[in-house]
Amino acid sequence: MSTLLEVSGVSVSFDGFKAINNLSFQIADAELRAVIGPNGAGKTTFMDIVTGKTRPDEGRVIWGERSVSLLRMNEAQIAREGIGRKFQKPTVFENQTVRENFLMALKKDRGVLSVLLFRPSKADHEQVDALAEQVGMLAELDRLAGELSHGQKQWLEIGMLLAQEPRLLLVDEPAAGMTPEEREHTSELLVQAAKTRAVVVVEHDMEFVRRLGCKVTVLHEGAVLAEGSLDHVTSNSDVIDVYLGR
Amino acid sequence: MRTSFIAKKPSVLVFLLALAAFTIAVTILSEGFGIGVISTSFIKTLGKTLCLCLIAVAMDLVWGFTGILSLGHFAFFGLGGYMIGMWLMYERTRLIVSEALMQGQIPPTDAEVIEGIGNQIFGVVGSSEFPIVWAFADSLGLQLLLVVLVPGILALIFGWLAFRSRVTGVYLSILTQAMTLALALYLFQNDSGLRGNNGLSGLQNLPGVETPQSIVSMWFFLASALALALGYTLAAWIVSGKFGSVIRGIRDNETRVRFLGYSVEGFKLAVFTFTACIAAIAGALYYPQAGIINPAEVVPIASIYLAVWVAIGGRGRLYGAVIGAGFVSLISTWFTGGQAPDINLGFYTIKWVDWWLVLLGLSFVAVTLFAPKGIGGLFDRLKKEGGA
Ligand SMILES: Nc1ncnc2c1ncn2[C@@H]1O[C@H](COP(=O)(O)OP(=O)(O)OP(=O)(O)O)[C@@H](O)[C@H]1O
Ligand SMILES: [Mg+2]
Repeated sequence: MSTLLEVSGVSVSFDGFKAINNLSFQIADAELRAVIGPNGAGKTTFMDIVTGKTRPDEGRVIWGERSVSLLRMNEAQIAREGIGRKFQKPTVFENQTVRENFLMALKKDRGVLSVLLFRPSKADHEQVDALAEQVGMLAELDRLAGELSHGQKQWLEIGMLLAQEPRLLLVDEPAAGMTPEEREHTSELLVQAAKTRAVVVVEHDMEFVRRLGCKVTVLHEGAVLAEGSLDHVTSNSDVIDVYLGR
Repeated sequence: MRTSFIAKKPSVLVFLLALAAFTIAVTILSEGFGIGVISTSFIKTLGKTLCLCLIAVAMDLVWGFTGILSLGHFAFFGLGGYMIGMWLMYERTRLIVSEALMQGQIPPTDAEVIEGIGNQIFGVVGSSEFPIVWAFADSLGLQLLLVVLVPGILALIFGWLAFRSRVTGVYLSILTQAMTLALALYLFQNDSGLRGNNGLSGLQNLPGVETPQSIVSMWFFLASALALALGYTLAAWIVSGKFGSVIRGIRDNETRVRFLGYSVEGFKLAVFTFTACIAAIAGALYYPQAGIINPAEVVPIASIYLAVWVAIGGRGRLYGAVIGAGFVSLISTWFTGGQAPDINLGFYTIKWVDWWLVLLGLSFVAVTLFAPKGIGGLFDRLKKEGGA
């Protein structure tokens, strides 16, 4: 497996506070990775850097076979490169129907003119139906996204990510505010998605991480503290210290 | 596809039918084409109102749908008026000057004619030289092209600079006001080449056309109705599909749209520029009916009124914009035209000419507080009650 994303030596500080400190991280094609760490460890900031929302002070972010630097691209260009992101707080377009949300996310030409002339074909509608089915929202297609429950919004957002057909999916706390059954469904979705693409999941819930059954990276104070299987990292004394606050 | 679009948006059909009914009724009642119940000057008021409805549709597209509170679209409207006004004034003056010179013994040379026109047009600002901006004023075709090109290019450059730097919200509104103010101040100068505060006048007279105003006013009225119908349909088509989804997404959460891979700046620029062109076309139809355009028309407050109309009518719904602009501007004509009866309170007389703006301001506050969806929002309530 080849490296899909390589982050090396990245640092960023906000008003003198180092949120990310010489962080290095790699992920391969079709790999599932969990990222854990205490509050303020820099997990969300890490995603901000990869997706172009935050510019690092130093370091490199290299993407794909062509080894292009993501640091020279803006958010939209990075998204078009094939990096999709789910935010910590679910963000869907509440004033639009679930179907419209999906249609906007479908992988299509994003240019102004092609969007203007776009009319969904039968195949597009079928793809939307399939996605809705996958995230269990077939019955909600014509409802306004704002009327959905919290868990459903999270799924809609995950479904929209899948619709983008990204090569790398960055998912920030997907299970927050979900019932146990919803969590289980969500973890299955992510495991399934990672069969054909790279997926990075940030999550606090250890039970959820265990179900993902993948390599775990522990972040602390903006740097990698430990990496390996869940059992391996949870038996690491540094990790135990950090989590127990010693 | 066309049928499915109209079928999906029955409000477009309803709007077009209502507009057609209104146009036919006015035509029948007009002096020029009908039984003469409606005076020619009121036909002009109605025609102008239709143009204001058209710019309100543009404003709704840029503000109500895309979330860019532009307080500068009246500048584009005014520029459109100036562009057509230049040809109207030049050509009419040319005919008059040529005719006068023909009275002499020797036929006039071209240079003499040009000088005569220059004297006539620019005498008021103490000049007879043709400024460079009048270079194409002798060609109707080119001036018509400039009606969209000048405001369009201005909007493109301004928008590119503003959106690229990610200026949003209130800062963008202030920037558009600054642009409008700069344009107005430029036009107020005598050496702007556009006759300073005199502006361009006599625009109601079509050069070489002897037809009486009662008929000409109907031509413009019908053209305005047609322009509104086309503009409305086009706007409704634009917002009906994925483009509409994306711009409403930008309005509600532009960051999220960016992470979906859409270039938010590109979409904003497209809408800003397109609506500036619509505004300019509306202006080019409006000022020949008004007869005169001067810099006072493009002062910053005019663009703010436009936002008030759209807010009162209900933004984010095209018919709301039309209702707001039509309703408020007609009432405004009534109040400020001295037709509204003054109210004598004994100790004080409310003169509507002075108090109308206060009333408008209060209604704006009331709408914002109590009916944020505007007059158009009432239709929702009716629909809900009817459906339930
Ligand atoms: N834009 C910003 N300006 C200033 N400080 C910031 C900014 N973004 C993040 N931080 C700080 O950087 C640190 C890392 O934040 P980050 O959101 O990445 O943590 P996290 O690991 O996602 O935490 P959580 O588990 O609570 O979501 C925090 O101390 C946060 O306050
Ligand atoms: Mg976070």
